[in-house]
Amino acid sequence: MNKNSESVPSGKGESLPSRHGGPMPAEPKIVAFFCNWCTYTAADLAGVSRLKYAPNVRVIRVMCSGRVDPQFVLDAFARGADGVLLGGCHPGDCHYAEGNYKTLRRMRMLARMLKDMGIHDGRFRLEWISGAEGDKVKAVVNDMTAKVRALGPLNMPDRFKEWDKEMVHAR
Amino acid sequence: MPDKPKVAFYWCASCGGCEEAVVDLAEDILKVVEAVDIVLWPVAMDFKKTDVEARSDKSIVAAFINGAIRTSEQEEWVRLLRRKSQVVVSFGACANSGGIPALANQFKKEDILKFVYEDAPGIDNPKKTRPQLESQDEGRTLTLPELRAMVRSLDQVIDVDYYLPGCPPTPKIIMAAVGALLSGKLPTRGAVLSPDVALCEECPRKDSKPADLALTEFKRPHQVQIDPEKCLLAQGLICMGPATRGGCEALCPAGNMACTGCFGPTSRVKDQGAKFVSSVFSNIVSKEEKEIDSVLDGIPDPIGTFYRYGLSKCLLRRKLN
Repeated sequence: MNKNSESVPSGKGESLPSRHGGPMPAEPKIVAFFCNWCTYTAADLAGVSRLKYAPNVRVIRVMCSGRVDPQFVLDAFARGADGVLLGGCHPGDCHYAEGNYKTLRRMRMLARMLKDMGIHDGRFRLEWISGAEGDKVKAVVNDMTAKVRALGPLNMPDRFKEWDKEMVHAR
Repeated sequence: MPDKPKVAFYWCASCGGCEEAVVDLAEDILKVVEAVDIVLWPVAMDFKKTDVEARSDKSIVAAFINGAIRTSEQEEWVRLLRRKSQVVVSFGACANSGGIPALANQFKKEDILKFVYEDAPGIDNPKKTRPQLESQDEGRTLTLPELRAMVRSLDQVIDVDYYLPGCPPTPKIIMAAVGALLSGKLPTRGAVLSPDVALCEECPRKDSKPADLALTEFKRPHQVQIDPEKCLLAQGLICMGPATRGGCEALCPAGNMACTGCFGPTSRVKDQGAKFVSSVFSNIVSKEEKEIDSVLDGIPDPIGTFYRYGLSKCLLRRKLN
């Protein structure tokens, strides 16, 4: 996506030791906000159905996708997420009637802002996943993990440190 | 006669408007001058860096520093003032959050230099000369500060005790801050010296703001005859009021201009631009992606609009490029 993503070293926590002792390529970290009523239920269903999917998502349960403030997404990136995934009920199915529409409108704007800030659009994704779609959780997580892996680490915390090295007395 | 408290004013990457704001105190400035000794004020008085260096540490009661931090020299100066001062007040939007200069955080340093010294209309620079950190002239060595790769807020470089928001801060909040300093009635360290409420709370148009803004399009000021009474957001104008701290007494909305966000966010907000998106964009009427997108097309420059005074304090700090 950009030259910086290769020139910045990955974080200490990012490289996992392999069985052979050598460093393994960094595993992408994806923060996922799933709504309680649909997408989180779907993730539960995927679990009880024993569907296997990439272990790269850290799921945060929220009552509604409409609870997810765009600040949360920027904060996740700033604290080291390589990708952010948002899951809500299908249009028309929101438990609170309109929450997912509010999310859609906000996130269409946020997606433009992320692009303008040089964050690749593959790193941020909004999906509607109903409580019956355990298989869609699997498909979306696997697909997003593969795409984010291909983009490489974003690693904002190390970038911040790198940027501040130009100051004589970096803080 | 006991010594009057010593006060310093300094400017970094700024336009001079914050200095103007001090002069805008009008007769009140006489009270300030009576109560304090100004030991540094580059815009108005002749003091040198060596004068400040010669002072003992913490001998200046308060340093008011405006402007963003853009060069190595500004870093050096603010660190010096931090050492010599008991209290550092970050003065104005540029010092607080990067201000207008921080919009440069959308561009690479090389691209900025190339545009300014080679490509800008009207440039006549066939040798492509650029400022050098060191150069020789008639046997003398001349030096210049280094332009940093990004624009920083003051508190990204030194510790800051208080913040005065605004582009520029209004005479009223400046006098309140000076009064608090001189009387020793200081608020909690780190406080922004302005009411911690959204601007809408003090806007004369507040009562005309509907619960649902029901936005169908965004208009720019030149595209619309602005109703002087009605909530500006309800008229389809981008007014940063809901995501901006009050204290200016809604000067711009009172003058029929939408708020552009210069007072920065309230204490509960981490990222002014993202919070604005959160509060306002959920009010678009459409539920269809394509229609929503065409409404959003009415905002050609989201970063420059939502972070006009605060890109340094965006959680992402700068564009990756």
